[in-house]
Amino acid sequence: MSKLEISGDLCTACGTCVDACPFGALSLEGDVVTVNDQCTFCGACVDVCPAEALHIQRPEVAGKSDLAASHGVWVWVEQFQGQACSISWEMMGQARRLADQLQVPLTACVLGHNIGHIAREAIAYGADRVFLAEDPSLANYRTDPYAAILVGLVRQHRPEIFLLGASARGRDLAGAVATDLHTGLTADCTGLDIDPETRLLRQTRPAFGGNIMATIICPKYRPQMATVRHRVFEVPPADSTRRGEIIPVSTVIPESAIASQVADFVLEAGQVNLADARIIVTGGRGVGGPEGFAPLRELADTLGGALGASRAAVDAGWIPYAHQVGQTGRTVKPDLYIACGVSGAIQHLAGMQTSRIIVAINKDPEAPIFNVATYGIVGDLFQIVPALTAEFRRRLGR
Amino acid sequence: MHAIVCIKQVPDTTEVKINPETNTLVREGIASIINPFDTYAIEEALRLKEKFGGKVTVLSMGPLQAREALKEAIAMGADEGVLLSDRAFAGSDTWATAYTLSQAIRRLAPFDVILCGKQAIDGDTGQVGPGIARQLQIPQLTYICRLQEFDPVARRIRVERLLEEGREIVSCSLPALLTVVKDINQPRYPTFMGIRRATRLEIPVWGAQALPDANPAYLGLSGSPTQVVRIFNPPARAGKVLLITGDTPADMASQLAERLLGDKVI
Repeated sequence: MSKLEISGDLCTACGTCVDACPFGALSLEGDVVTVNDQCTFCGACVDVCPAEALHIQRPEVAGKSDLAASHGVWVWVEQFQGQACSISWEMMGQARRLADQLQVPLTACVLGHNIGHIAREAIAYGADRVFLAEDPSLANYRTDPYAAILVGLVRQHRPEIFLLGASARGRDLAGAVATDLHTGLTADCTGLDIDPETRLLRQTRPAFGGNIMATIICPKYRPQMATVRHRVFEVPPADSTRRGEIIPVSTVIPESAIASQVADFVLEAGQVNLADARIIVTGGRGVGGPEGFAPLRELADTLGGALGASRAAVDAGWIPYAHQVGQTGRTVKPDLYIACGVSGAIQHLAGMQTSRIIVAINKDPEAPIFNVATYGIVGDLFQIVPALTAEFRRRLGR
Repeated sequence: MHAIVCIKQVPDTTEVKINPETNTLVREGIASIINPFDTYAIEEALRLKEKFGGKVTVLSMGPLQAREALKEAIAMGADEGVLLSDRAFAGSDTWATAYTLSQAIRRLAPFDVILCGKQAIDGDTGQVGPGIARQLQIPQLTYICRLQEFDPVARRIRVERLLEEGREIVSCSLPALLTVVKDINQPRYPTFMGIRRATRLEIPVWGAQALPDANPAYLGLSGSPTQVVRIFNPPARAGKVLLITGDTPADMASQLAERLLGDKVI
């Protein structure tokens, strides 16, 4: 049985925990905080206490009853500047499938400021229930308040599965939440299935730059947590007639308990981000210099795609690192990947070889990029790429 | 100023094969290196030391062979190294790894900053950095591409984080744990003097006994919530390349456009 311990020596009777408790379980009696039987051991007070005077004692390892008590599939809906990120809905489709197979409800957690519309979208994409936490302190993603709220909700409601996107924010958050909850977390999953006998989540992910695949389970701890790779799963159709429950979450983490402040955000202007791009045009050593990217940029703009680069081009200083595709850059999975003057080193292939259609344009017919390409043109990219741009402009009327 | 850098020794390639009989990784004949992302973390720590004085401690967990990675970091300019190595740590997943490293960091405290690479190129998880930060109850700042300000006196830091949509500028209190991306700097090479120092320096090896506050139930395989149940080769990319040939670039471009429109990817 869990127990909330309050250290009278450390408690300064500041009252922060009393305000933070979502259940009114804490009160100030004289100069010390006391707890009543309303406590659900959600941990909200522990997270906000500036004196670290609170501690929850939990059973060491979840016993059989704790495992059985965990129920339901959860998804964290990531949003950026008030818009849901596409990974959230890609995940929701998978989460719905898992919930249906387990015959349990699907819950979405939506955190932010003025984002009620995202809660309604979450229901349209398959959620049965939405926890909606809205507060100015949540407008920008920050680890401290986001993790505190999710950890509190999980401890209170005990889902059996919790999925987050494998984005920068999602990995940051999932790593924090799983550590606090003391449960297993599998990174960057590309396959999620339920074992029909054990009802365990089988989480499949690439490792070693995509050269091996591993299937991972988390049999003794709950929730079973995973981050999900972007653009692996389809966004399910939205159904605006679906019904669901939206539950406001009133827990607010005081600003004094949050270590970081977001000062600014510099958007990469005029560029589609590589993670979401459906089309990517990438330049390698063969583009020869910074100005060599100009025809590639024109082709990318004509197709509405993003501009990528190999490590060789980035290391030469021709283009910023944000464009780098491959093992030490980004992993991408567009519908169309056009590699121009890219030799196809194994580290580059690791970041793009699951793209649907790969086009290789290279002078060297022996370049390894041709081994993974769908279509290849052996030739000078400075002739082929402008011809391709002209051809698409003509055909697409752009 | 005390900076602690957590590093991992990884195979120097992504061409890792599976032994089809034992279903385990074939590691023979593959050289080991410091995880590339960790070299940026080491460099950033060395720059902080050059600016503010103090020392840089490198910490790793792995087999005894991982001493070589620590020696390389010392040859670059780090002051001290500690290797966590014990059979009791074997089979650790990211939770148990972060727990064990954080126990060692408690012994190395006080510190101003902990630096890690954004992820290791073998596991690709990026989970151990945040795990250490939460175990130590200090703030985490991940995917840093630039350290704008670092003030060990006022105990404040200001960084740029590289996210999907652009760069986020965040300020935070110290001590904090930072994970860095490649863009942040250009790591230096080991110096001759550094190599000499590294050759002579004894790297202490800490086992479970050296972490008296660690809960033995949280270490190694038994302390790991996740279990790998299957490892397999990914399906090979189907099909062979279709080479498009023609007399002029315009001719080839036209054929390719026809194909791509037919594939409905544009």
